[in-house]
Amino acid sequence: MGMTKELIINSAWCKGCGICAAFCPKGALEIVNEKVRRKEGTDCILCGMCELRCPDYAIYIESKREESEQWVKSY
Amino acid sequence: MSVVSTGDVSEKTLQTSDLIYKYMRPEHLPQIWCPGCGNGTIMRDVVQAIDNLGLSRDKTVIVSGIGCSSRAAGYMDFDTIHTTHGRAIAFATGIKLANPELEVIVIAGDGDISAIGGNHLIHAARRNIGITVVVMNNNIYGMTGGQYSPTTPTGDYGTTAPYGNLDRSFDIAGLAYGAGASYAARGSVYHVRETIQLIQDGIRNIGFSIIDVASICPTYYGRKNKKGSAVDMLKWQKENAVTMEQAARMTDEQKKGKLIIGVLRQAQYPEFTYQYARLIARLAKEREE
Repeated sequence: MGMTKELIINSAWCKGCGICAAFCPKGALEIVNEKVRRKEGTDCILCGMCELRCPDYAIYIESKREESEQWVKSY
Repeated sequence: MSVVSTGDVSEKTLQTSDLIYKYMRPEHLPQIWCPGCGNGTIMRDVVQAIDNLGLSRDKTVIVSGIGCSSRAAGYMDFDTIHTTHGRAIAFATGIKLANPELEVIVIAGDGDISAIGGNHLIHAARRNIGITVVVMNNNIYGMTGGQYSPTTPTGDYGTTAPYGNLDRSFDIAGLAYGAGASYAARGSVYHVRETIQLIQDGIRNIGFSIIDVASICPTYYGRKNKKGSAVDMLKWQKENAVTMEQAARMTDEQKKGKLIIGVLRQAQYPEFTYQYARLIARLAKEREE
C-alpha cells in the first residue's frame, strides 16, 4: 500500500562538486573518484535535501508505487 | 544520448527525476556549467516554482540573454528564446505585449541584466510590465573569463581588476526597487526552499517582479578571491545570511558583508499590458462615437 521511496544516483551526470555530501543531514553520502556514492554504514532518511541542492540533477528521490498495488491496478 | 524528452513522465526512459524530465530537455544534460556552479540549482528552483504553481508549459516563455546564465533557455523545455546581450527584458517586453496571457520569465546574469541591460531593467521596472526576472547573480562575468561585473564587491578581484575592484557594487534588487518594480526580492543558492517561494510569489505578482538570487562561481569569482570550494561558498551563504526583518534591526556596520534575503517590496501598481489594453479599448470606443 502507498508509495515507496528510493535514492537514485545518476553517476553520468555527477561532477563531484561535493555539495550533496557536505549538506546531507545524516552524512550518508561521500565523494569517491569525483563521483558521489552512498556511504556504507550510514542511514539515508530520504529527506531529499541532496536533490534540492544538486546543481546537476544527478541525485534524487524516486517515488514508486509498491509492486502489490501495481498488480491490483493492472488486474 | 539521443533520446528526446516528450515531457510525459510515464514514458521516462532516462535516469532523472520526474521534475527534470518534465520541464527540462534531458537530452542536453548534464549542463556545461562548472562543477558546483550555482546556476543549476537556481534553474531547478525556477522549474520547481513553475511546477508548484501548475503553469502550463505551452503558456510559459523563458527568455535569456548572454552569459553563463543564458544557457538555461536551452536546457528548459518551454517556448524559449536565447536573445542578444543585455536585451532579454526587451525581447520579453515584446512577447508579453503581443500576448499578455503568456507567463514570461527572464533568466539573466548580473552582468547581462545590470551592466549591458541595465537600462532595460530600470525602465521595465518603472513601466511595471508583468514579467518575472530571475537573476543568477554570481558577482563576475564567468563565461568570458572572470572580468569584474557591476555586482563584484569593492576591493574584490577579477581578471580585469588584478589589484582589486575600485567601484562600489550594485544591489540589483534594490536598484529595481528604486526604479519602481512591484515585486523585488533576494534569494540565494543555499536557501533553496525560500528562493523557490520567492520565485513563486514573483511569478504570481501581476506587475514587474525581480528575484535577485545570489549564485556562486567557484571557478572564477571563488578562485580569484580565495573563497574556497563550492561547498565553502555555500557555507558562507548559510552563515552570513540574514532576513530582511533581522536586517531592519541592524546597524549599517552590522549589515556589512551580510547577505540580506527576503522581500524588499511587494506592492500593487497598474500593470502595463493591462493599461495598454484599456487605452486601446477607450480609443476604439471614442472612434465609434
